[in-house]
Amino acid sequence: MALRQCAIYGKGGIGKSTTTQNLVAALAESGKKVMIVGCDPKADSTRLILHAKAQNSVMELAAEAGSVEDLELEDVLSVGYGGIKCVESGGPEPGVGCAGRGVITAINFLEEEGAYDDALDFVFYDVLGDVVCGGFAMPIRENKAQEIYIVCSGEMMAMYAANNICKGIVKYANSGSVRLAGLICNSRQTDREDELIIALAEKLGSQMIHFIPRANAVQHAEIRRMTVIEFDPTHKQADEYRSLAKKIVDNKNFVIPTPITMDELEELLMEFGIMEVEDTTIIGKKASELAVA
Amino acid sequence: MSALTREETEALIQEVLEVYPEKARKDREKHLAVNDQSIEQSKKCITSNRKSLPGVMTIRGCAYAGSKGVVWGPIKDMIHISHGPVGCGQYSRAGRRNYYVGTTGVNSFGTMNFTTDFQEKDIVFGGDKKLAKVMVEIEGLFPLNKGISIQSECPIGLIGDDIEAVAKKTAAETGKPVVPVRCEGFRGVSQSLGHHIANDAIRDWVLPRSEGKVHESTPYDVAVIGDYNIGGDAWSSRILLEEMGLRVVSQWSGDGTISEMEKTPFVKMNLIHCYRSMNYIARHMEEKYSIPWMEYNFFGPTKVAESLRAIAAHFDDKIKEGAERVIAKYQAMMDEIIAKYKPRLEGKRVMLYVGGLRPRHVIGAYEDLGMEVVGTGYEFGHNDDYDRTIKDMGNATLIYDDVTGFEFEEFVKRVKPDLVGSGIKEKFIFQKMGVPFRQMHSWDYSGPYHGYDGFAIFARDMDMTLNNPCWSKMQAPWLKKEEPVAEKAAA
Repeated sequence: MALRQCAIYGKGGIGKSTTTQNLVAALAESGKKVMIVGCDPKADSTRLILHAKAQNSVMELAAEAGSVEDLELEDVLSVGYGGIKCVESGGPEPGVGCAGRGVITAINFLEEEGAYDDALDFVFYDVLGDVVCGGFAMPIRENKAQEIYIVCSGEMMAMYAANNICKGIVKYANSGSVRLAGLICNSRQTDREDELIIALAEKLGSQMIHFIPRANAVQHAEIRRMTVIEFDPTHKQADEYRSLAKKIVDNKNFVIPTPITMDELEELLMEFGIMEVEDTTIIGKKASELAVA
Repeated sequence: MSALTREETEALIQEVLEVYPEKARKDREKHLAVNDQSIEQSKKCITSNRKSLPGVMTIRGCAYAGSKGVVWGPIKDMIHISHGPVGCGQYSRAGRRNYYVGTTGVNSFGTMNFTTDFQEKDIVFGGDKKLAKVMVEIEGLFPLNKGISIQSECPIGLIGDDIEAVAKKTAAETGKPVVPVRCEGFRGVSQSLGHHIANDAIRDWVLPRSEGKVHESTPYDVAVIGDYNIGGDAWSSRILLEEMGLRVVSQWSGDGTISEMEKTPFVKMNLIHCYRSMNYIARHMEEKYSIPWMEYNFFGPTKVAESLRAIAAHFDDKIKEGAERVIAKYQAMMDEIIAKYKPRLEGKRVMLYVGGLRPRHVIGAYEDLGMEVVGTGYEFGHNDDYDRTIKDMGNATLIYDDVTGFEFEEFVKRVKPDLVGSGIKEKFIFQKMGVPFRQMHSWDYSGPYHGYDGFAIFARDMDMTLNNPCWSKMQAPWLKKEEPVAEKAAA
């Protein structure tokens, strides 16, 4: 089987890292050879696999050693649960330097050092919530990830972010082979959440690949720096991730997304009662003015 | 070849523009003009200080070049850190020939390159810590430095390093001025914005240091501003001012020091040579310290005498007499030079393309030698520069702003000047075309050209370039022999 490279995007705090690690654990459990590349200066994309607080990142080690050329692959690559290979790109503290450049440097390093060997089935890039600059688009540029999964929920801002990410994919899809492979709904238990995300996915020309219900088991596992798969393999939440993993293995639905306009998105939200129909008479009116009216 | 008429020059511009696509042609058309002395405001005939077109060969530099290379670099007792990757500092090191007196590496640092030498990790994690460390090392290795300037290269503006905070902290520790300059190369359309940014940094970080300081004034205190002492220019200028009785308190920035700059708010008058790069600070000092300023021109005896008298007019009779005395003193020497070189250079035509003040300031020097400037242009001028140029250039001469490599070559081919004066990038192209050429940025490693002493060297250099026997040897001997044979065959 050829190496499949997937990137996980989504709004900050939506549960990308948790979902990715549980998903990857499920893939590993089924015998797949997987690598996770964390593309976030916080470097928290591999902790559940490695049972560690934070892995030594490529950029951290490069800074210590002098330059990235002074590093060897084994310095940055750790192996965790199920033989999963883990790398963190790392980057600066908030407010200094250029985290985007860190991602570019780290991914180039992995390529040059031959981290993507033939034995691998999957590489997952876990990317910082907001694609703020070219650096964070690195995983979806030419010859990197071909499949993009967007983690979202039925909350308005999460859907808004998902739509924006699709715009980024379109930009690179036309010049390369990157495709939207589906939305993963990480439930926030909002009303008719599954229907809403299915509707959004349809508008984007894609699919909701799986609906992950909310379960405390995930938090219980996380406190122990473990995935549910490893902590409590018999729990029904573990089966949800197994089911997601199977769907991704079998996934053939790769599309160039059709991002929607802000108006269309709002219409969708109104349709599902998340947003009320806009009352144009109140726009720009102060509370005192409204009281008079 | 006789001079082109107005119509011919206009036709030439149109012909040269023809090769461009329509959009580019429309843009470039605005930057090319036929001089008309009757026009008062240059904006009626030429556009300047606009972004260069992608795809053309522009001769311009960047904001960093304007700040580090031009304004700050020559201040000899400060250390100027090229903050960012190593290339910007190293490839511009000592290239401008700003002469200075001092012991390099001990109390003067003009020809040295100091850089934070950014690596990938400095981009990713930010370079503030490295900058602070570099400054500590500088203090240890070069304790006689009188201050530091931080010249930002492009990445600094991208990654948002807080160089101001580092500057303040280090200045508090060392007690010496540390000046952060936000002259990232991508800012603005040319080096011109770099001059402005550098001037603003002097305004904000250097001049306020004069407050509360005592200065023993004389009524004759002046500052020479915008002379970068290329090949010793400022020295051959300064002696004339001193001979006429003025006291030159500070020299900006060629062979200059930070303490001279700090004393400038106490002078009676600012004398500006390069208006383009230093007018901002002159205007600021006029506003804040009520110091009047005036432009002068020390190229060629006519302009030197004119300028000395104009400067003297702002002072008392003692200085006015001094100016006359100086002019009279050098008259014989000037007559001798003109007698020697004018017969060899008379009637020769020159095309210039340079920066700053030279496209207009050197015209007088050529005219003193009986030569005519038939085309001129500014790399990074603004319209106030062209306003000042129209009257100095003959009618129907060519004026070109931010000229492209193609345009310049075509103009030279058609106008056929006897001499081209421009920079190193143009030099070999024109020499290979068989056109005598002088570098007019670096004086072709000669100089000074300012003042009376400078004119002697200027005249000699133009003569030895123009009348060099090599120009009659441009054709290979075997080609020469074959020509008549070919003609016979054709006949």
